[in-house]
Amino acid sequence: MMAAAAVPIALLLPYVIDTYTLTVLAIYAMLALSLGLVWGYGGILCFGQAAFFGLGAYGYAVGAINIGESTIAMVVAVAASAAFAAILGAMMFYGRLGDVYLAIITLVVTLILYRFMSSTAGDAYVIGKARLGGFNGIPGFPTLHVPGDPSAYIWGDALYYLCAAILVLVLILVKLLLSSGFGRIAVGIRENETRMSLLGYDVRARKTLLFTIGAAVAALAGALFANWGEIVTPRLFGLTQSAEIIIWCIVGGFGTRLGPVLGAASMGYLKFLLGQQSLIDNTLVMGLILILVVLFLPRGLVPALAGLWDAAWQRVPARRVQRRRRDLV
Amino acid sequence: MSDIVLETSGLSRHFGGVAALDNVDFSLRARELRCLIGPNGAGKSTFFNCLTGLLRPSDGHIFMRGEETTGWPVHRIASLGVGIKTQVPSVMDGLTVRENIWLSASRHHRQTDHAERRTDEIIARLSLGPISHNLLGRLAHGERQQVEFGLVMTGDPWLVLLDEPAAGMSPEDMVRISEILRELNDTAAMIIVEHDMQFIRSIASRITVFHQGRVLVEDDVERVMSNPTVRDVYLGRTA
Repeated sequence: MMAAAAVPIALLLPYVIDTYTLTVLAIYAMLALSLGLVWGYGGILCFGQAAFFGLGAYGYAVGAINIGESTIAMVVAVAASAAFAAILGAMMFYGRLGDVYLAIITLVVTLILYRFMSSTAGDAYVIGKARLGGFNGIPGFPTLHVPGDPSAYIWGDALYYLCAAILVLVLILVKLLLSSGFGRIAVGIRENETRMSLLGYDVRARKTLLFTIGAAVAALAGALFANWGEIVTPRLFGLTQSAEIIIWCIVGGFGTRLGPVLGAASMGYLKFLLGQQSLIDNTLVMGLILILVVLFLPRGLVPALAGLWDAAWQRVPARRVQRRRRDLV
Repeated sequence: MSDIVLETSGLSRHFGGVAALDNVDFSLRARELRCLIGPNGAGKSTFFNCLTGLLRPSDGHIFMRGEETTGWPVHRIASLGVGIKTQVPSVMDGLTVRENIWLSASRHHRQTDHAERRTDEIIARLSLGPISHNLLGRLAHGERQQVEFGLVMTGDPWLVLLDEPAAGMSPEDMVRISEILRELNDTAAMIIVEHDMQFIRSIASRITVFHQGRVLVEDDVERVMSNPTVRDVYLGRTA
């Protein structure tokens, strides 16, 4: 149902907002959804989702320069980032790290990548034909084109429709994943890890897998972001980027699929609007919104709106309310 | 004997310089019901946690149905068909009763419809029908305990390990729990760590008394109760 509603919205939005901005909003939404999946449903508080986003972007740029076309480069970007997440995840989950340490380590990994990528100026830092370029990043790589036809570039409006379509697809896949046994068990692990291992589930392996899936979605968003910006820089790994993803999820409401998507799109758009004026500092406004949401809508926008909706339609049979509640929690 | 399902030899666990568990030899036959008692710090919970895999023993061996399980992680031990209930109710509070039971059922039934059927069975057996769509976090203590028994029961265990199942229960809950225990005991051997002597009497069984990390006495409930050494260490000299 949600996907069916998303299609007309995605088609109508270009009449209101320009597609260049919409493209990046769709990408942010996908990135937020990846953290929403890992954190909201898996209970894994990852402060470093930006790491996988950035690796996806770099992976695409490096891949595209070396291969000279975009389809395989997309696959390379997602696979490289997911492999990195699988190794990092296995180390953390098999090492039985507590939640706080996990948050710290993922954040530190992101910052290490930021420092490292910033210091890669010069001829010594090349991967194949691609120079990593230090703080200036990698510009001028081949952007997305129709598979098999390197001269048919996908850009402008077409890139927006592609990103929107991928976002809808990812939303559907995430929904399928969450209603599968794997997804339900992941939620069980979020609720009570010890109990789930007492039932015989290998919590470590399952968390590692979920973490990797989340990273793959973030990397996909990163690769698309590289195509949108046509340059990748170390700022992708910056503290601001890491923090923003978490803020999107908190504002939108985690534990829902729509929350992070709407949180990212609305906060992203607000940031864009605020960027056009110089009266108020936009990080100040973002911070204020975060504090207000945490104080007054502790579960985030979407769960609060869903609650209002339920209250307005009191005739909804009790069973449906229960089911919806299960979806949200 | 061939019907021994659980055996430990020389099981020890040290915390720093303290031997919480000191060289314990223990064995349990199929469908036996055994209670572990002892004063605080006697080592019964440490023993329990070593069996479940929540703690790794410092020394000694554990065998379950002839297979050595020493140092196995919890989920592997549980996968053998061991049902475990810890002291504090450990359930998925944010999920419904049905989803909780389903999570246990799906561990043992790969196919979705089998898991659903098993879930319905258990809900009917524990008469949880009226509350099956309620969130567990909103239920009373006794009901949550009962759901946790449901989680244990769903896996058809051949060995059940329970840490203080009667703690904080009302008398009515207690009656229901002893019924469930008896039913489980028809097919499973059972180890129960318990403080409540009345409850132990009501399920009448063999008792192992722990004291200072060792097994002090092992005998039938009445004989243990009248044993003067046990009275000294456990019930206190004035009792």
